[in-house]
Amino acid sequence: MIRSPAGPVRVGGVELRNHLILAAGILGTTGASLARILKSGAGGAVTKSIGPEPLDGHPGPCLAVLADGVLNAMGLPNPSREFVRELAPLAGEPVVVSIFGGDPEEFAMVASWFAGSAAGFELNLSCPHAEGFGSALGTDPALVEECTRAVKTLGRPTWVKLTPNVTEIAEIGAAAGRGGADAIVAINTVKAMRISVPMGRPVLGNRFGGLSGKAIFPIAVRCVYELYEACEVPIIGCGGISTAEDVVEMMMAGASAVEIGSAVLEDIGIFAKIARDLYTPDGREPGDLVGCAHE
Amino acid sequence: MEESPAILWGAPMNKGIPHAVTITKVVRETPKIRTFFLSESFGFTPGQFVMVWVPGVDEIPMALSGENSISVQEVGDATSAMFRLKTGDLLGIRGPFGVGFSVEGKALAIAGGIGAAPLFPLAMRGSTGVFLLGASTGRDLPFRKALAEKTALRIATDDGSSGHHGPVTDLLGDLDLRAFDHICVCGPEPMMRGVLKHLQEEGIAGRGLFSLHRYMKCGVGLCGSCAIDPDGIRVCREGPVLSGDTLLRSEFGHYTRDASGVRKRVW
Repeated sequence: MIRSPAGPVRVGGVELRNHLILAAGILGTTGASLARILKSGAGGAVTKSIGPEPLDGHPGPCLAVLADGVLNAMGLPNPSREFVRELAPLAGEPVVVSIFGGDPEEFAMVASWFAGSAAGFELNLSCPHAEGFGSALGTDPALVEECTRAVKTLGRPTWVKLTPNVTEIAEIGAAAGRGGADAIVAINTVKAMRISVPMGRPVLGNRFGGLSGKAIFPIAVRCVYELYEACEVPIIGCGGISTAEDVVEMMMAGASAVEIGSAVLEDIGIFAKIARDLYTPDGREPGDLVGCAHE
Repeated sequence: MEESPAILWGAPMNKGIPHAVTITKVVRETPKIRTFFLSESFGFTPGQFVMVWVPGVDEIPMALSGENSISVQEVGDATSAMFRLKTGDLLGIRGPFGVGFSVEGKALAIAGGIGAAPLFPLAMRGSTGVFLLGASTGRDLPFRKALAEKTALRIATDDGSSGHHGPVTDLLGDLDLRAFDHICVCGPEPMMRGVLKHLQEEGIAGRGLFSLHRYMKCGVGLCGSCAIDPDGIRVCREGPVLSGDTLLRSEFGHYTRDASGVRKRVW
């Protein structure tokens, strides 16, 4: 395992309390919910993705819990600009605001609302189930670069979350790097579907959704490994992490920190639980561990 | 705080993914409320809910009114679509989820309209000493006959067409609230806040168990759409039944959030 951080953990320009960050879309709809997760041991938290207009999201079912993963198609529900009020009590906390838009200008506009309150931004260029948003942009390297640059001009730490639903994730990571990203977050959910046999129709209201949880951990490790070889930008590993050993494995692949989401299903105290196992007095220096599987 | 059992990886498929059940019978309880009996029974605590998938329309949370039934009031798209369904049609069910009414000793139930649905199985199991049931008018009172056979039923209607003429909370004045170990409540939120105020005045807010209604998307405590202020309690996971002392300083009775997360007043 790894040695406890002596002070804040600085990753992608953001000062975190430890290496474990709440992933976007999980419990991030209200300020109170984010405060609860930070209090329960998360080193930082990424909000629900906020967009240019309030959205109700897709009709249900929006989520199904599978044997080893979670399938969801929420449809980017968000209160848009009203979220500024939700975050007001969290000023100074390690809260990264996830944002989405249909083009670089919309990304920059949404980000500007939070320029005074966010510890940083995470660009959602990877949601696999929202038409005209997310991975619709995030599979095009030129658009990823433009969106990143547009938000980066605000002068705040800018993270870019990538979709695994591409042939070469390293090309997209490199584009984020050219746009000035302070960190790359990999990965968002893997595009997926289940069909109800008795009903003879897809289970999700949106038909398609994204798979998260343990089932995608090997995909996430592979993506982080490829990105580490191709990009200079720090990487935040995300996808199916549920134990301290998973965190160490992600770091060996090249991640400087990790995001945790679906594992909250098992236990909302998952951050403290993983931290207890992860940080040991005789552990290795995180710096020696990151990317060590490449040597 | 109590949390409903974790939906662990490898949980049975009927827990996490919608499980198809057949409607075996539809009973008209009132002009606006129908009970749908299902081809399968679920082990549950009264107050727990299921996510009900109306194919092609939406999925909505609903309290179980019995081990194989849900009772529904027509309020929106999904419930209107349900009212068009008949015996033999399919619904998808996820759950039961959440924490229900944990009752030992003597309980008082207070229900407003369709709020009687989660309290009805509590009464049928013989757990309620007194049951206060309110509605706007006499013909909107659900489960009246079955409740009268099983518990001491007292009725209030806004128009005075049945029982006491006035809100159901008026009936609290005739009762020694301190004689009950639990006061189980479900109904419109302003009514529930009124009950909580009574309990607070008696110094027994903690004996109140309130079944909350909040917009829910995932039903399993992941998405956060039902989290309430100021502590971020997830109504779908730590609720929907929450104790009065937990709710005293909360958003309960003041505001809620819509599907997008925008705040709305509750009345």
